[in-house]
Amino acid sequence: MFLGVTLLIALIILPFGLGSYGLSLMISVLIFGLFAMSLDILIGYTGLVSFNHATFFGVGAYVVAILFYRGWDNFWLALPAAVAASVLLATVLGLVVLRSSGPYFLMITLAFGQMIFALAWKWRTFTGGDDGLPGIPRPDLGFPVSMWNEQNFYYLVLVFICLSFLLLRQLFRLPLGRAIIGVKESESRMQALGYNTWLLKYLAYVIAAGFAGLAGVLYVYYNGFISPQELNWTMSGMAILMVVIGGTGTLVGPVLGAGIILILQNLLSAYTERWPLVIGMLFVICVIHVKDGIAGYVMKLWEKGWKGYESPGSEKPN
Amino acid sequence: MKALEVRSLTKYYGEFQVLKNVSFSVEPGERRAIIGPNGAGKTTLFNIISGTLKPTLGKIFFFHRDVTYMSAYRRSRLGIGRTFQITNLFFNLSLMDNINLALQISNSSLNLEEFLRSWGFWEKRRTRVGNLSYGEQRQVELLLALAQSPKLILLDEPTAGMSPVETEAITRIITELPRDITILIIEHDMEVVFTLADSITVLHYGQILCEGTKEQVKSDPRVKEVYLGTAGEEV
Repeated sequence: MFLGVTLLIALIILPFGLGSYGLSLMISVLIFGLFAMSLDILIGYTGLVSFNHATFFGVGAYVVAILFYRGWDNFWLALPAAVAASVLLATVLGLVVLRSSGPYFLMITLAFGQMIFALAWKWRTFTGGDDGLPGIPRPDLGFPVSMWNEQNFYYLVLVFICLSFLLLRQLFRLPLGRAIIGVKESESRMQALGYNTWLLKYLAYVIAAGFAGLAGVLYVYYNGFISPQELNWTMSGMAILMVVIGGTGTLVGPVLGAGIILILQNLLSAYTERWPLVIGMLFVICVIHVKDGIAGYVMKLWEKGWKGYESPGSEKPN
Repeated sequence: MKALEVRSLTKYYGEFQVLKNVSFSVEPGERRAIIGPNGAGKTTLFNIISGTLKPTLGKIFFFHRDVTYMSAYRRSRLGIGRTFQITNLFFNLSLMDNINLALQISNSSLNLEEFLRSWGFWEKRRTRVGNLSYGEQRQVELLLALAQSPKLILLDEPTAGMSPVETEAITRIITELPRDITILIIEHDMEVVFTLADSITVLHYGQILCEGTKEQVKSDPRVKEVYLGTAGEEV
C-alpha cells in the first residue's frame, strides 16, 4: 500500500522534472506498461503464455486509425469500438487456441498472431499495408484541454493505467478472479472442485485482450501512426520480456518491466546497435536468479526490512 | 439404489489394455477399498470415475445417472469429490483461500470458520499451503474434497508418504467421516484398508481378481498369492 502510493505520487510529479524527450519516453513506458499488465493477466494469473498478445494491441490501434480515416474521429466512440473489436476477436480466437495447452498453446497463438499480421500487411485498401496508417491526431476529449500538450496526454494515459490497475486488482479479489488464479495453481484440482476451467481461461483471455486493445488505442493516439509491425510476434515477445523481467502475477511489475526495457533501449541505442544483447542478458539473469521479477524482488526486500527475518518459511523457493 | 455402478469398463492406452471389463457397484454409505499391486489400473479407474479420462468401453452410473461422458467438473458438481495421490493443492495460496475456492463453487452451506475450527486448522488459515508440513498438506488434500460436501469421495492413497503417526491420524479422520458420504479408497497400507473399509475389490492387471467383505478377501487364496503375500515381504 505504502509502496503503491509512493509510486503513484512519483508518477504524478514526474512530468515537472522531465524534459519533453523524457516525458515522451515516460508516456510510451506507461502505454507499454498497460499492454504488459494485460498480458500479466494471462501469464501471471492464469498460467497461459500467449504469443499473440500484440494482435489485440494492434487491432485496438488499427480500429481507431481506420475509423479516423472513415471520418469517425470522436474519441469517446473510437475507444469503446476499438476495445470491443479486440474483445470480439478474442472471443473467436479463444475458442480455437484454448483447445490446446502448454507449448502447443504458445505455438498456436503464435500462428494466429502471424496470420493477423499477414492480413494487416496484405489488406492494403483497409490497413494501408506496409505503409501503415499515418497522421492520426491526438484525441479531442471534448473539454478544453489540449492533448497535443505532452504533459496533458501523459496524465490521460496515467488515468487509464491507474483505472485499469484498480479494476484488475479488484477482479482478482472477487470469486471469479480467485478462481482464475486457482487455474494457474492447479487446473486438475479446480476441475475436481467443480470449476469449468476452460471457461475461466477463456474469460481471462478475453479480458486480457480488452485491456491490450485499450493500450493499443492509447498507443496510436500517442504515436500518430500504426503499421503491421505493431502486430508482429516481436511485439508479443517484447511484452513477455516486460512481464517476466518486471515480475509475473503482480500487475505493477510488468509496468516496471516496460520501464526498464524501454529506458534501457533508449539509453543503450545511443551507444550501440547491439542493445538487444543487454536486454537478452537481463532476461536470462531474471529467469535464473530473480524468478519473481524485479517487482517480486523489491517486495521481498520490503517485507524483510519491515518484518525482519522472523518467518524463514516464507523464503522457501517454490 | 447404487451410489456408484461401474459397468464393463475397458481402457486402452494405445495397444496396452489397462482395464479389462471391470464391473462393480457401491452402495450409498459404503466404504470400499480398491487394492492391487502397482500398475493394476487403480488410479486409471479413479480417473475414469472422476471424469479426467474417458473409458474405451463401458459405462459409469452415479446414483443411476449415466455420467460416462460427463466432464470432470460437472461430475464434481453432482457430488463426486476426489483427492490426489500426488498432493495437488493451490500451494501459493493461503489455506483459507484454498478452502474458499472449494466453498465458493459448491452449494454446501459450510461456514469457513466452523469448518476450519472443526479440523483444527483455524490458527493456520493464513499460512501459505506450500509452507505447511507434508502431513498437514495431505490433510488439506482431504479437507478440500470434503469442503465441497460430496456424496461420493474418491481417496487416492490418502496416507501416501506419511509417517505411522500421521497415517493413524488420517485413518481416524476418515473413519469418523459421516456415513452419508460414500467412500472409495485406493490404499497400499493393509492395516489402513482393514480399519477403514467395509468391503474390498482386488484389481490385478486390470481385472477384478476378487471382491467381498474384508474377511472374504483376507481368506481368498488367490489374493494371498498375488498381493497380500508379496505386500508382507515388502514391509
